[in-house]
Amino acid sequence: MTKVFFIILQLILFLLAAPLLSGLISKVKNNIRMRRGQSIFQPYYNLVKLFSKEEVVSGDSSWIFKVTPFIVFSSMLTAAILIPVFIFSPMHQMGDFLSLIFIFALGRFFMALAALDTGSSFGGMGASREMFISSLVEPAFCLVVFCVFLQFGSTDIAVFSGVHPVSICSFITAIVLFMVTLAETSRIPVDNQETHLELTMVHEAMVLEYSGRSLALIEWSSYIKQMILFFLIAQIVFPVNFSGLWILWYFVWIIIIVIAVAVVEVFVAKMRLFRVADFLGFAFVLGVIAVVCAILGV
Amino acid sequence: MGNLNILLFDPLSLFFLFVILGVSLPSAIYSCGYLKNEYSRRKIIFGWLLLLAFVFSMVLVVIVNNILIFLVAWEIMSLVSYFLVVFDSEHEKSIQAGLIYIVMAHIGTAFLSAAFLLMYKYAHSFDFFAVKNACQLMPAQVKNIVFLLLLVGFGTKAGIVPLHVWLPYAHPQAPSHISSIMSGVMIKTAIYGIVRFVMFILGVDSSWWGILVLVLAVISCLVGVIYALMEHDLKKLLAYHSVENIGIILLGVGLAMFFVSINLPYLVIFSLIAGLYHLINHAIFKGLLFLCAGSVYKACGTRDIEKLGGLIKKMPQTAAYFLIGAMAISALPPLNGFVSEWLTLQAFFLGALNTAGGIKLFLGLCAAMLALTSGLAAACFVKAFGITFLAQPRSHYAASAKEVSLSMRAGMLFLSFLIVVFGLAAAVIMKLLAKVASSVTNIDISNMGFSLNNFTLNPQIGKSIYLSTPLLALWLIVLGAGGFAIYSLFGKKRRVYKTWDCGYYKLDSRNEYTATAFSKPFRIAFSFFLLPYRKTQKIRESFYHVKSFSYETHTTSVFKKYIYLPVIAWVFKSAKFMRRIQPGSIHLYLSYILVTVLLLIMFMYKF
Repeated sequence: MTKVFFIILQLILFLLAAPLLSGLISKVKNNIRMRRGQSIFQPYYNLVKLFSKEEVVSGDSSWIFKVTPFIVFSSMLTAAILIPVFIFSPMHQMGDFLSLIFIFALGRFFMALAALDTGSSFGGMGASREMFISSLVEPAFCLVVFCVFLQFGSTDIAVFSGVHPVSICSFITAIVLFMVTLAETSRIPVDNQETHLELTMVHEAMVLEYSGRSLALIEWSSYIKQMILFFLIAQIVFPVNFSGLWILWYFVWIIIIVIAVAVVEVFVAKMRLFRVADFLGFAFVLGVIAVVCAILGV
Repeated sequence: MGNLNILLFDPLSLFFLFVILGVSLPSAIYSCGYLKNEYSRRKIIFGWLLLLAFVFSMVLVVIVNNILIFLVAWEIMSLVSYFLVVFDSEHEKSIQAGLIYIVMAHIGTAFLSAAFLLMYKYAHSFDFFAVKNACQLMPAQVKNIVFLLLLVGFGTKAGIVPLHVWLPYAHPQAPSHISSIMSGVMIKTAIYGIVRFVMFILGVDSSWWGILVLVLAVISCLVGVIYALMEHDLKKLLAYHSVENIGIILLGVGLAMFFVSINLPYLVIFSLIAGLYHLINHAIFKGLLFLCAGSVYKACGTRDIEKLGGLIKKMPQTAAYFLIGAMAISALPPLNGFVSEWLTLQAFFLGALNTAGGIKLFLGLCAAMLALTSGLAAACFVKAFGITFLAQPRSHYAASAKEVSLSMRAGMLFLSFLIVVFGLAAAVIMKLLAKVASSVTNIDISNMGFSLNNFTLNPQIGKSIYLSTPLLALWLIVLGAGGFAIYSLFGKKRRVYKTWDCGYYKLDSRNEYTATAFSKPFRIAFSFFLLPYRKTQKIRESFYHVKSFSYETHTTSVFKKYIYLPVIAWVFKSAKFMRRIQPGSIHLYLSYILVTVLLLIMFMYKF
C-alpha cells in the first residue's frame, strides 16, 4: 500500500514540479544577461493557456497524430516512476536504467511520426533532425549506463540508493549525461527551445502542427523528461541513501544543474546540425574515458 | 545411434523447427491472396510446389543428424530458393539477383564442404555425435581452420558483412511471402549452422573466435542499418535490416562463444538466450514487415517509398500491422524487439562485470555500438513508415490503393499477434530458451535464477535486475489513459483545418518531406563510408535557355567497389591466363589427366 502511495506521490511531484525547472532556468538565464525576465511560473501559465485554447488539427493527418500526445505523455510518466526520488524506486520491478533509453525512444518515435503525418516540410525536417540527433545520443547514453553499471554492479535503479565514494568516474559520467541531457531536452548548443526558425528546426519544428491541449500535453511531457534527466545526473554524482537530509541534497543538486544549464545556454552558441555530431562524438569519447576510469577504479 | 536413425529432435532443432513453421505458415496463408491475379494458374501451382519444397528443405536442414544429408538439404534449400528468387523471370533484375545469389550460395557451400571434409578426416563418420567426439581430439590448428571455414560458409548464407552482397538483391526480388521466409527464416538456418557446428560439435576453445564473431557482428549491424537508411526501395530497405539484425543475433551468439572459452557458464546461457530470442523475434517481425511491404506493392504496384504516402487512410489494417512491426524492430517497449535488445545489452554489461581490463572496454564499446544501431534503426523506420503511410499520397499509385484481401491480412494479423505475445510473455519464453541453450552447451541450468516471479524477467543470480514487460505495458496504458482524462477534462473544441502552408500557395504532396531528404543528415554524417556523389545535368533547349535540371544523388557501395569488383576482375584475368593451357590438342589433355592422377596418388601417400 505504501508503494501505491509513493507512486502517486512521485507522479504528482513530477507533474507539478517539472515545469518549474524550466521557469527557473529561464530566470537564471535572464539574470545572467542582466534582464528581469519572465516569472518562474511562466511555464505554468503557458500550460494553462494552452489547455484552455481551441485545438486545430490538420485534415491530412491520421490517428497517429491524435494518439501521439498520449503516448509521449504516458512514456515520460512511466519513466518518471522508474527513478528513485522518495524511496529507492517505486516501480523498480518494471524496468531498469537501461530500459529508460528505450522508453524515451518510444515517445520520440511517435513524435517523429506525428511530425511526418501532417505532410508539412517543417515537420519532416524536424523529425529527420530529431532522429539524427537522438541516434547519435544513444551510444553516449548507453556508455553512461555502462559506467554506472561497472561502478555499482547492476543496472537496477535501486543501486542509486546507497553511499559510494564520489569518484572521478562518476563525475565524468555525470558530465556525459549532462551533455546527453542538453541534446535530449533540445537545449542550446544542440537545439533551441525558444524558437522554431529554420536554423533551429529540430524539436520545436517537429511539434509545430500541434496546438491547444495536445501541445500542452507534449510540452508538459518534455518538462517531465527534463526533470527525470536532472534527477539522474544528481543521483550519479551523489547517490542518495534516503536518510537524513536527502531531500535537501536533491534540492541543492537540482539547483546546481539548473544553473549549469542556464550558464551553458547563455555562454555557448547554438551549433550547426553537423557540429552537433561532433558535440555528441565528444560526449561519446568522454564516455569512453569514464569507462576507462571505471576499469581503473578511480 | 543406428544408421537409420538420421533424425535429431533435440531442443535446438525443435526451436528452429518452431521458427521455420511459425513464419512459413502465415506466409503461406498470405500467399493465397498475394498470388491471385498476379500470376497465371500454372505459375501459382508451381509457386506452391516450390514453397513446399523450400519449407521442407529448411525443416530437413535443422532436423537431420548427419552431415552429408545436412549438406544435401542445404543445397536443395539454396537451389529451391534460387528458383523462387527468379520466380518473376520476366524481370531482368530477377535474373541478375538470382545469379548473384546462386554464385554466393555456392561459394558458401564450397567453404562448408571443405570444413565438413576436414571434420570427416578426423571422425571417419558423418554422424553428428561421432564428429562431436572426434572434434575433441582435433589439433588446435585444424580446429581454427575448420572454424574459419564454417564461419565463411555460414556467414555467406547469414549475410554477415562483407558477405552480405547477395542479400539486398535476392530478398526483395522474390515474391513477398518468399521474401518474408527468406529474410525471416532462411538466413536463420545459417545461425543454426553456427550454433550447431561451432558451439555444439566443434566446441569453442579459443577466445578469439568469439571476439572475431563479435567484431563481424558489430560491423554487420552498423553497415546494414546505414545502408538501410539510404535505401528507398521498401523491400530492399527491409533486406538491409536483415543484415543488421543478423548482426544483433550474432552479438548474442558471439558473446556466448566468448564466454564458453573463458568459462563463465552462467553468461554463456544468458547471452545465447539473448541471441536466440532476437533470432525468433527477428523472424517474426521481419516476416511481418515483408508481408506488409508485399501488401503495399500489391496495392500500389511500386516499392519506391518516394512515390507512396497516405496509405494509412487507404489501407488502415496494413498500416497498423506495419507500425507494430516497425515498433518491434526499433526495439520499442513493450514489444518483442525491445526485450531481446535489452537482453543483449545486459549480456554485454554482465560480461564486462566478469572480465578484466581491455575486454571490459571492448564489451562496453560493442554495447554502445548496439545502442547506436537501434537508434539508427528507429530513424530508418520512422522514415519507412512515415513516408510510406503518412501524409498525402505522392503519386496516383498511392492515391488509388485499396486494402488487401482477407487471407493476406490474416497472415499479417497472426504475426502481429506473435510480436505482442513474444513481448509480453518474455519471462516464459526466456525459460524455454534457457533449455535450448543448455542442451547446446551442456551446462546445467537447474540452479540458475531464470525464475518466473510476477511475470518479471529476472536474469541475474544474486543481483536483481528486473524487466517486466506486462507491467510496463500496463503502466503505459494506465498513464496514457490518465493523459487522455486530463485532455478531455479541458475544453471540447477541436477544429479540423489544413496543414499550415507558411501563408501562401496551396499545400500539396509536392511540399512533403521525402525519404531522400529525411536521410540526408545521415548521408552527410556517414559520408566517409557512404561516399555520396551527385549528378547534376542541365537539359537545354538552346544555349541560352535551360529547360530543366536533372539532379541525382547516389552513394558508392564500398564493398562492391573495393572488394567484389577487384576480385571479379582478377578472376577473369586469371581465367584468361589459364586459357593458354587449352590449345585444343587431345594429347596434351591426356597428359594433363596423367599429371593430375600422379599428383593425387602422391598426395594420398604423402598425407
